[in-house]
Amino acid sequence: MKRRTVAAIGAAGLLAVFFAAALLYERREAAQVEAARARHHGPPFVRAGAPALGPEDARVVLVEFFDPGCETCRVFAGPVKEIVESSQGRVRLVLRYAPFHRGADEIARALEASRRQGKFWETLELVYALQEEWADHHHPNPAALWPHFPSVGLDVEKLREDMRTPAVDAALRQDMADALALGVQRTPTFLVNGRPLERFGLRELQALVRDAVGETYGD
Amino acid sequence: MIADWHPPRRVAKLPDMADDRGWALLFGCWLVVTAATLGSLFFSEVMELPPCSLCWWQRLFMFPLPIIVGAGLFPFDRNVVRYALPLAALGGAVAVYHTLLQLGIVPESAAPCQQGVPCSEVQLTLLGFLSIPMLATLAFATAVVLLWRVSRSVPA
Repeated sequence: MKRRTVAAIGAAGLLAVFFAAALLYERREAAQVEAARARHHGPPFVRAGAPALGPEDARVVLVEFFDPGCETCRVFAGPVKEIVESSQGRVRLVLRYAPFHRGADEIARALEASRRQGKFWETLELVYALQEEWADHHHPNPAALWPHFPSVGLDVEKLREDMRTPAVDAALRQDMADALALGVQRTPTFLVNGRPLERFGLRELQALVRDAVGETYGD
Repeated sequence: MIADWHPPRRVAKLPDMADDRGWALLFGCWLVVTAATLGSLFFSEVMELPPCSLCWWQRLFMFPLPIIVGAGLFPFDRNVVRYALPLAALGGAVAVYHTLLQLGIVPESAAPCQQGVPCSEVQLTLLGFLSIPMLATLAFATAVVLLWRVSRSVPA
């Protein structure tokens, strides 16, 4: 009987070590995955102070490099907002400027400046709505937008002033530098927790977000 | 008086003590091969390191050992050495070969495994120098020595 006791203790000990080690290993792995994800919530993907929608502690960050003059960005604006709003606080949208179109740089400045008046999203909506008027590929005419700005409650004089501040300069320069660093060449470019779309499309974007939510929230 | 002295009659006791010693050695062997088996499963199932083909050959010789050696413990059966020793020896041979391959002593072109995971690739090192095939070599060698001592533990 003594032998059996010794053997049982030995067997139990080995199994306990195995399962404890497995548990510890899995936990450490999970922590590393979490840390890697956290990196995607910082530079160069996300810069503090960039326009964003959704709670700051959301585990999924959807970064969009956008161009106010880009048609596809306009088409995606609604559905992307919808993704954030229907996520129950699990997805945060961070917008980064990538004004590749001619004349769009001016409007990106105006958008950044509109934040000083708390009118960013209204201004963005207006910019997209009137895109055909100001962002014609052959004759871009950003000046055509200006008469419309007061309609969303913008103080145009202040807007003009703010557009020329070093802070707005810095924000745009930073976004362009990050776009370059991340290899962003088209707009819109979406990055979901650092991961790009394999194939472009709204459905693909929704799936990528859904996967990221599943991974980070475990359902 | 002295002529009347007889050595204590311990002849009947001797096999028992040898049995205890043999059983302890065999149990030690079981602990080693079971730890090695669980360790191997840890690498492949928990850490998800894919085993190369030489790893598979070593696993093939190692995995039956906890069962065979374990069966020899209850009731204690010295004959288990006859079944377990060949497995341990062959596994040890593969492990030594694998270790030499990883150390670059055996050229890689001589390796029988070209597809899948290259056997010469060192996937993991413990304490800065111990690779998985070295651990296997250690486990097989310990098992061989212990099994051999189990067979020798019976008084002649």
